[in-house]
Amino acid sequence: MTAHSDTRPAIRSGFRLQWEPVQNAYVMLYPEGMITLNTSAAEILRRCDGSRTVAEIVTELEVAFQRTELGKDVFAFIEGAVRQGWVQMGPP
Amino acid sequence: MSIAPVGPPLWLLFELTYRCPLQCVFCYNPVDFAATQDELPTAEWLRVLREARALGSVQLGLSGGEPLLRDDLEEITHEGHRLGFYTNLITSGVGLTQVRLRELKRAGLDHIQLSFQDSTRELNDFLSHTRTFQLKQRCAEWIKASGYPMVLNCVIHRLNIDHLDAIIDMAARIGADYLELANTQFYSWAHLNREHLLPSREQLQRAEQVMLTWRERLKDRMRILFVVPDYYEQRPKRCMNGWGSTFVTVTPDGTALPCHTAKMLPGLTFPNVREHSMRDIWFHSDGFNRFRGQGWMKEPCASCEERDKDLGGCRCQAYLLAQDPAAADPVCSKSPKHHVVVDAVERAQESRAPERPLIFRRPENSRLLTEQ
Repeated sequence: MTAHSDTRPAIRSGFRLQWEPVQNAYVMLYPEGMITLNTSAAEILRRCDGSRTVAEIVTELEVAFQRTELGKDVFAFIEGAVRQGWVQMGPP
Repeated sequence: MSIAPVGPPLWLLFELTYRCPLQCVFCYNPVDFAATQDELPTAEWLRVLREARALGSVQLGLSGGEPLLRDDLEEITHEGHRLGFYTNLITSGVGLTQVRLRELKRAGLDHIQLSFQDSTRELNDFLSHTRTFQLKQRCAEWIKASGYPMVLNCVIHRLNIDHLDAIIDMAARIGADYLELANTQFYSWAHLNREHLLPSREQLQRAEQVMLTWRERLKDRMRILFVVPDYYEQRPKRCMNGWGSTFVTVTPDGTALPCHTAKMLPGLTFPNVREHSMRDIWFHSDGFNRFRGQGWMKEPCASCEERDKDLGGCRCQAYLLAQDPAAADPVCSKSPKHHVVVDAVERAQESRAPERPLIFRRPENSRLLTEQ
């Protein structure tokens, strides 16, 4: 499913985003596995909680990191996360 | 040579008990499992959880034997969850009830992997020596209904590999999200029964075709993982992501190991959690340090250009097949003992039945084999 700007992405059931102090990083946990996330991946995924639309996530990140034009990268990342099965798209 | 810093023990596996209602002929529990009488008490398991979590452990496997035989499974799961572990139950399903499943869910269990032996009741029950097939189908339905992803594991070998089509079909009908088809690894009981269990090349090729056809048909609906038996490879697998790099097993009596089967290795002692902290065990014990990195390697590994990739393969396989835990894994075609693997593979192409009967993993057999 494509990441439309008005859909609300959420971490899928069975997956868990978690801060790991020993690794000094966010990780994505899933059945019998773990991926250590880089900062930008973690900042996007932290906001995929089913309450924000993709457009709102983009705006928040642009404000938080004082950047513009993040939309394309955020869309591409969320679409990748959907393909990986980490994230599902909720209704607008 | 520079020594890489030791990372955290990300994966913690608790083998809570060796007791098991099944008697699987390919079990990786030690052949002398019946000698273990003294299982760790609840409080010790909980302490190990806290110590390991502080070191950075994050995946917790609850296994056995059959972990459902421990009535503190819910308590251990709950503490693991509270500490931030991702909790995985690895079970045959024997002992699972809807009430227990509800309690485990409430305790914070994240994931269940259910093992199957075969798609046909006859072979499933024969290979595990129990009547469990219908029970497993029921368990799979409950697990699915509780909202867990359905992960089925089926150990594949000579006696069931020709049923692969039916096995995959059954997994799809149950609604599995993942199907792990794990070709038997030849340690412990599987090593004893190797002549019965190692498939022929032809069987393996057919199975791979069957698996690929299903993968194409099901796509993302059910992901199929197929692990090729390493006897048919030319290079060894990197075992446990590297000795002492990621993984700790704690056996029922509290022995801490870098892999499930390392206790068989001669000339090493492994620490017990009753006497040592997890920090000491992970960073300072001889057992965990012995095969870390590459300093222990002999030729042909020591100068091999592929040593960073496979780290010389599996230490237990090196011991079982070359009688030396520091030798190259004989699966490797560069190993001077590779002919041992080649011979076993060649024998697997013959159609005659092995002379020795199958040996079931049961306490009487364990005691007999330990005495020998």
